[in-house]
Amino acid sequence: MIRFLASRVGFGAGVLLVLSAFVFFLFFVAPGDPARMIAGDKATESQLQQIRKNLGVDRPIVVQYGAFMQKALSGDLGFSYRNQQPVAPIILRRIPVTLSLVLGGALLWLSIGVPIGIMSARHVGSLRDRLGQAFILVGLSFPTFVLGMMSLYLLYFMPKQAGFTLFPAGGYKALTSDPLVWAWHLALPWTTLALTMAAIYARLTRGQMLDVMGEDYIRTARAKGLSERRVVWKHGLRAALTPLVTQLGADIALLLGGVIVIEQVYGLQGVGALAVQAVANQDRPIIIGVVLLGGLFIVIANIVVDLLYVLLDPRVR
Amino acid sequence: MSETTVNEPSPEADVVQRGSFALTVRRLRRDTASMAALCVILAVILLAIVAPWVAGITGHSPIEQFRETGLSPAGIPVGPGAEFWLGTDQLGRDVLVRLAYGARVSLLVGVFASMLASLIAVVVGTTAGYFGGTVDLVLSRLTDLVMSVPFLLCALALVSAFGPSLALSVVVIVFFSWAPMARVIRGQVISLRRQDFVLASRSLGAGPLSIMVVDILPNLAVPIIVYTTMQIPNSIVFEATLSFLGMGIVPPTPSWGGMLADASSNSLYLVAWWLIFVPGTALLMTTLAFNILGDGLRDALDPKSARTVRRLRRQPKAGTKP
Repeated sequence: MIRFLASRVGFGAGVLLVLSAFVFFLFFVAPGDPARMIAGDKATESQLQQIRKNLGVDRPIVVQYGAFMQKALSGDLGFSYRNQQPVAPIILRRIPVTLSLVLGGALLWLSIGVPIGIMSARHVGSLRDRLGQAFILVGLSFPTFVLGMMSLYLLYFMPKQAGFTLFPAGGYKALTSDPLVWAWHLALPWTTLALTMAAIYARLTRGQMLDVMGEDYIRTARAKGLSERRVVWKHGLRAALTPLVTQLGADIALLLGGVIVIEQVYGLQGVGALAVQAVANQDRPIIIGVVLLGGLFIVIANIVVDLLYVLLDPRVR
Repeated sequence: MSETTVNEPSPEADVVQRGSFALTVRRLRRDTASMAALCVILAVILLAIVAPWVAGITGHSPIEQFRETGLSPAGIPVGPGAEFWLGTDQLGRDVLVRLAYGARVSLLVGVFASMLASLIAVVVGTTAGYFGGTVDLVLSRLTDLVMSVPFLLCALALVSAFGPSLALSVVVIVFFSWAPMARVIRGQVISLRRQDFVLASRSLGAGPLSIMVVDILPNLAVPIIVYTTMQIPNSIVFEATLSFLGMGIVPPTPSWGGMLADASSNSLYLVAWWLIFVPGTALLMTTLAFNILGDGLRDALDPKSARTVRRLRRQPKAGTKP
């Protein structure tokens, strides 16, 4: 077990190392002079030299990378080219928005996707199954930003034109000030995220339940007189739990690195919106920071999922 | 429903021997959803092909701005009508013509990137599965690595470093899409390489390359076809997302994602619904059609697949419903 865990942590560290090297060297080989980005077009050559020296970009790339990693390990990700503020706090400030969006969305997509998958699997071939399958296909095919823009038009703009406000256009209100306002502002983003993600979970649940419901122990559970509800939800779903948890861990981690599209559509100032702004501004330290943070979330989630396996599946223990 | 029954031979008809291709086509043709999806895909392909004619008939080029006729005096886009069939965008350009040219970009990127990704997946998966050992370990770790990377963030980093372009979009999509399929192919190859026909080939003196290409590859046709088809909508959405974020196709070249980005950039779509519903519906219909066709192909190519077997087994209970 410890050996297994150590190998997972080792792989995670490897992923972060490769990822950091990838973005770091990417910006090194890419065209564009950071000193020019900071100083603007009017700067003289000697000013540029001074800025390069301050940034340390006049040193060999390997030395730069080593220095960067050394600082990064202690949480120092350098300074934004744009406003000279430290990168780490800039990113951390954005996390509550993204976290609210992802965790609320995850609750919603699980409570939509899993029941639809179970319903579909329990009534294979029926009308209900085909409705479930249609939901899965449409959900998988709907580009997130199209769904977001259509929801904004239909649920924000049209009611507003008719004279009442059903949902706000977007923006983020802190949970600490008023939870109801917070939830109201996130309702549309949550739904948009949840509807596209729920399809994945419905498909996964359906497939797993179809496999499981034919097993002997399900017959045993039925034979000892358990109610169908108990058989499905307790004995059936238990076996489907492991792949669901794997998928959930991966999805939450991926989205915590920025729900880029939804934040963009609804004007939420989360990590993803920060990444898009940083790309538009060519603010490389921020881009590197966000990519590393995204990688860190994924690595941590992988390890947590591996640990949960042991709790969920007695066969691994 | 009625046209599918026409194609079925009556029970009294002679027994006909059919090849596996003919059987697949027969199964696919009986699947109404797949045939409808195929029609949508053909329509989109047709739209992409006839884009210059659309421009010719309407008399509007995709990047021409009609500031006099295409915009209201207040600068608001004109809705669908006789002059502009699907309305105009914020610069007074014809949405229909741009939609037709955008279909070219979507299909080109979608199909090309998916095929390239499949090619990499087949090479990596087959090599890893066939050789095993250290080769497998290295390639599998590489696959894991690509799959555990925040791909959209990395795509953004790549685009910010090199600037957006069509070629870079394709490279980014291919780079982040081959891994899941490589995993599937590897699994298939591991079970295939233990089969007797591989042993027979080897005892006849065939080398690894020959075995992989001549013996194993044909057996991978089904997963390759199905996964490539299912990858196409992913690639199309990926490209549209990049363009939507302003990091894909460079304006003024029309692309569906770019059209939606224009509509979104100043919340213009709130006064001009066609700016989201026209390219949005086109995008949704195309991805939906490819996904349905992929599902149908999987069932038609592999009649043993769990779905079909179950459907057949449940047939009596499900009644006469098709």
